[in-house]
Amino acid sequence: MQQSNRLRPFFENISFDREDNELVLNFGPQHPSAHGQLRLMLHLQQEQITKAHPDIGYLHRGMEKMAENMIYNEFMPTTDRMDYIASSSNNYGFALAVEKLIGLDVPRRAKVIRMLLLEVNRLMSHLFWLATTALDIGAMTVFLYAFREREYLMDLVEDYCGARLTHAAIRIGGVPLDLPDNFMTDLRKFLDKVPENIKDYEDLLDKNRVWLMRMENVGVISKEMALSWGCSGVMLRASGVQWDIRKEEPYELYDEVEFNVPVSDKGDNYARYKLYMAEMRESAKILYQVADMYEGTSTELMAHAPQYISAPKLEIMTQNYALMQHFVLVTQGMRPPVGEVYIPTESPKGELGYYINSQGGPYPYRLKLRAPSFWHTGILTDLLPGHYIPDVVSIIGTTNIVFGEVDR
Amino acid sequence: MRAYTPKDNVQAKSYYTDRFWVAPQVAKSQVSDDAVFTADLAAIKAKFDVLDAYVQVEQMVVVINAADNYAVLELLKNECEYTQLSEMSAIDWLATEGKFEIFYQMLSMTKRKRVRIKCKIDENEAIQSVEKLFRSADWSEREMYDMFGVVVNNHPFMKRILMPDDWEGFPLRKTYPLQGDEFAAWYEVDKIFGKEAREIIGPENRDPARIDRYDTQRFSRLGHEVPFGTDISQGEPDTPLVYQEQEGVFMVEKFDAEKSVVISDRQR
Repeated sequence: MQQSNRLRPFFENISFDREDNELVLNFGPQHPSAHGQLRLMLHLQQEQITKAHPDIGYLHRGMEKMAENMIYNEFMPTTDRMDYIASSSNNYGFALAVEKLIGLDVPRRAKVIRMLLLEVNRLMSHLFWLATTALDIGAMTVFLYAFREREYLMDLVEDYCGARLTHAAIRIGGVPLDLPDNFMTDLRKFLDKVPENIKDYEDLLDKNRVWLMRMENVGVISKEMALSWGCSGVMLRASGVQWDIRKEEPYELYDEVEFNVPVSDKGDNYARYKLYMAEMRESAKILYQVADMYEGTSTELMAHAPQYISAPKLEIMTQNYALMQHFVLVTQGMRPPVGEVYIPTESPKGELGYYINSQGGPYPYRLKLRAPSFWHTGILTDLLPGHYIPDVVSIIGTTNIVFGEVDR
Repeated sequence: MRAYTPKDNVQAKSYYTDRFWVAPQVAKSQVSDDAVFTADLAAIKAKFDVLDAYVQVEQMVVVINAADNYAVLELLKNECEYTQLSEMSAIDWLATEGKFEIFYQMLSMTKRKRVRIKCKIDENEAIQSVEKLFRSADWSEREMYDMFGVVVNNHPFMKRILMPDDWEGFPLRKTYPLQGDEFAAWYEVDKIFGKEAREIIGPENRDPARIDRYDTQRFSRLGHEVPFGTDISQGEPDTPLVYQEQEGVFMVEKFDAEKSVVISDRQR
């Protein structure tokens, strides 16, 4: 006897016959290539998709609500859980937004360390993207190689902040720690190998017949569509728009380093794949330059703004007033001025923006997280119709969506 | 007498408040200081009422009437090269003004400028959809409806997006508590087992930090180890614990620090 409850209803009286040939397929949320929590409702004619309806919200944790109930520093570890593949970039976006709100300038060494972390995170994220997308399409070897390289980078970040996935390695006003002794040598050792590693991946994939079938002329996003859907990052650049926030609205030290912004006007999966590879090379180039900037900077790591930022540990332990202020900042939190900011940064996935509305209290009045993956998931509604079932996996793959970010 | 807690804003409040504290402001500058923004503002002003306009943190903020939202965005898109709507959402000002503030964050890639268009609507007022201009508004308007209950007219699919379809209440309103309301506590119980099972199961614990000292059925119990489901409200029974390692396990050798090899260089 069937035990029915409301989740498992008694199916006897429901008719599954339809007048037309249409089949409705539920793709996910437990599908291995659905990036965790994506549910797609696909209407099919034979193997071809006629209508796609992405259903999200399975990972919704209400981060914007949480932010309204937390002091600013408390929210920092929560931002890690957005794009957990490259969590430092989320930390950085939030820190930068609050710094702009307060009007802080960060010491140069902190800037260098932040740049290093951001680009290491970009490499980590792109390697992870390559690994999982290749795996989804069936290239197991690339997965293993790319994960090996990503492991070295995770070790590097672990050496710096002790965490591998959720770093929380950036503070409002600077960074908490200086680089460990071995960091630069390890980083350079890794960077020396990056070009040949990328060449290995490309040798495996570039002319691979299966890879080309799933990539070339599949998932073509036109320029108008990309702009209209609010695409950013590689999704936008693959469609022929040269727009990289690091280049166009430079923050941190991006105006002091030389790098190219790879663009393609094809708009298909293959173009996005090539851009990810090119961006990894550019990241390595940036990292070399930033590593050279580190030498000779003064040792300050946090901005000096006693009203908002705690004094260095030495002062807290020796001076009474610094200790008092530290106590107030930890228990009550900083109170940024009244006003609002929207600060975009170029995260590995695209434009990551933080909108903060402060009413002068220790809690933000409203915080809106602009996560790129949200719209990169939305675009599937318009992108998937006309494609075939096997293409769905590769299209989801190259959109590079992370559900911590989509649902927030 | 019990302290009064306002019901129209149940978000976390600062414990320490200084009556004489005057909060500083983020600097605003004149639109006329920036040539590009001046031209854009003039284009808007030629056709629509502008209630306020200023530049804050390098971005122009223009406050307009809510009825003009579609037309203003159309003008910005077609004539002022603001080709992307990067973000839009609402802010809840119901407690103070009884209004929602809606903002549209626009980006012009040719001018490298960002503009924020803002307007205010009443609680029961609807706003015109801009989905025809920017497809990205399709999802952000749905999210705004989901989180605030702001109804958007002429939207192709006005449904909740993050919360379940049959959810009650709008989570980002200031009146909605962080831990969820009465409805949220019973939502899963009602849905899976039915209302009649409420007494057996009890409301959902929506406070992740809550630990019940006497709960021996869940993993987060504090205290000594006791068998599953033991009643310990009258004190913990003394349970002798025997670990299988004590007498040695088949095939498993004990760890010997002297025999192990330490790898210091991982050969990066």
